[in-house]
Amino acid sequence: MSVLLFTLIVLLGAFLAGLLGSLTGLGGGVIIIPLLTLALGVDIHYAIGASIVSVIATSSGSAAAYVKEGITNIRIGMFLEIATTIGAICGAIVAVYLNANYIAILFGCILIFSAIMTLKKKVDHTTLDDTDKWARFFKLNGSYPDKGINRSYSVKHVPGGFLMMLFAGTLSGLLGIGSGALKVIAMDNIMRLPFKVSTTTSNFMMGVTAAASAVVYLHRGQIDPGIAMPVCIGVLTGATVGSKVLVKAKTDKLKMVFAIVVTFLALQMIYKGISGL
Amino acid sequence: MDTAKKENLNDKDIQVILGTLLRAGVIISMAIVLIGGAIFLIHNKGAITDYKVFKPEVGKLSSILAIFKGVTSFQGDAIVQFGILMLIFTPIARIVFAIFSFLIERDYLYVLIGFIILAIITISLNGGIAH
Repeated sequence: MSVLLFTLIVLLGAFLAGLLGSLTGLGGGVIIIPLLTLALGVDIHYAIGASIVSVIATSSGSAAAYVKEGITNIRIGMFLEIATTIGAICGAIVAVYLNANYIAILFGCILIFSAIMTLKKKVDHTTLDDTDKWARFFKLNGSYPDKGINRSYSVKHVPGGFLMMLFAGTLSGLLGIGSGALKVIAMDNIMRLPFKVSTTTSNFMMGVTAAASAVVYLHRGQIDPGIAMPVCIGVLTGATVGSKVLVKAKTDKLKMVFAIVVTFLALQMIYKGISGL
Repeated sequence: MDTAKKENLNDKDIQVILGTLLRAGVIISMAIVLIGGAIFLIHNKGAITDYKVFKPEVGKLSSILAIFKGVTSFQGDAIVQFGILMLIFTPIARIVFAIFSFLIERDYLYVLIGFIILAIITISLNGGIAH
């Protein structure tokens, strides 16, 4: 395939990945990696390197908007970034030495898990019980604006959330994705944060987490400009368009269809991985 | 009450600057990637892609020094890589800014946390160069 044709195909695919990723909340990385590996035969190491760059671009772009609105809890974000960056670097280092087939299998499993998570109904666990001594020590309890009212919230189970973030960071570094689904579990279910705060804070953390593993990838030659260029431009453009449409669109049905497509892709990656062993 | 209000205003200012910093970082680095991409395509549009097998030894643009060298000789792929480097440094610059803002707020615990994150990233940066 010529470079020009390859660039155009990846650009279009990345645009769609970014668009669907932002509409469904799954993120662009989990779609662009199967596309590159299954459809274009790109080695998963290059696909991961390109994807992590697009994660930095989209998360920094949308974090910019959320931070200005004052919903993001910067203290929680920075505190948990200690865990995600350590995890990300460990994951990225392991990824370099790991056989592409194992990465593909693991990726498929995480993909299915993420698809299930987007379909699950969210239960609000918000609490005002501020007795967690870790939350007090690190000043994690906060408030956020919601329809003109300032809502307070308290944070629970800080060590548990921290451990889960270590795991989320490792997967992010290993697979080149934002691992938003895991971050949201850590913050919603374990630490009891309100949805708005957890999603925006998770997004805020993604940039630094991805940057930590991107540094490792860059030095190992996993970030190839020929792939990373169309991927990051396409995903960012798609995600930007998606966030503009998101306010109007009904996403429930879309999520369902999308979860099925993603599961199909995931099974194919697992199959390809196993048969390549 | 008065001090609380003041602090709030301070927080708001920080959030606005932080948001602007992130957005500017993304826009500038993407513009560089676009320019580099255009140059790269003009020179290489007919070449054949080969990404079937990961070859770590071929990654010639894998150090900051090599990227700068390529940029000065106006190579498209090096300019793309430079843009990506800028993008990687955007969230890192955000941490540096956060350290300063927590210093102004005299929240030394979070100044320390910011430095810990920077240290973790720096270690990985050095680890990569040593390799």
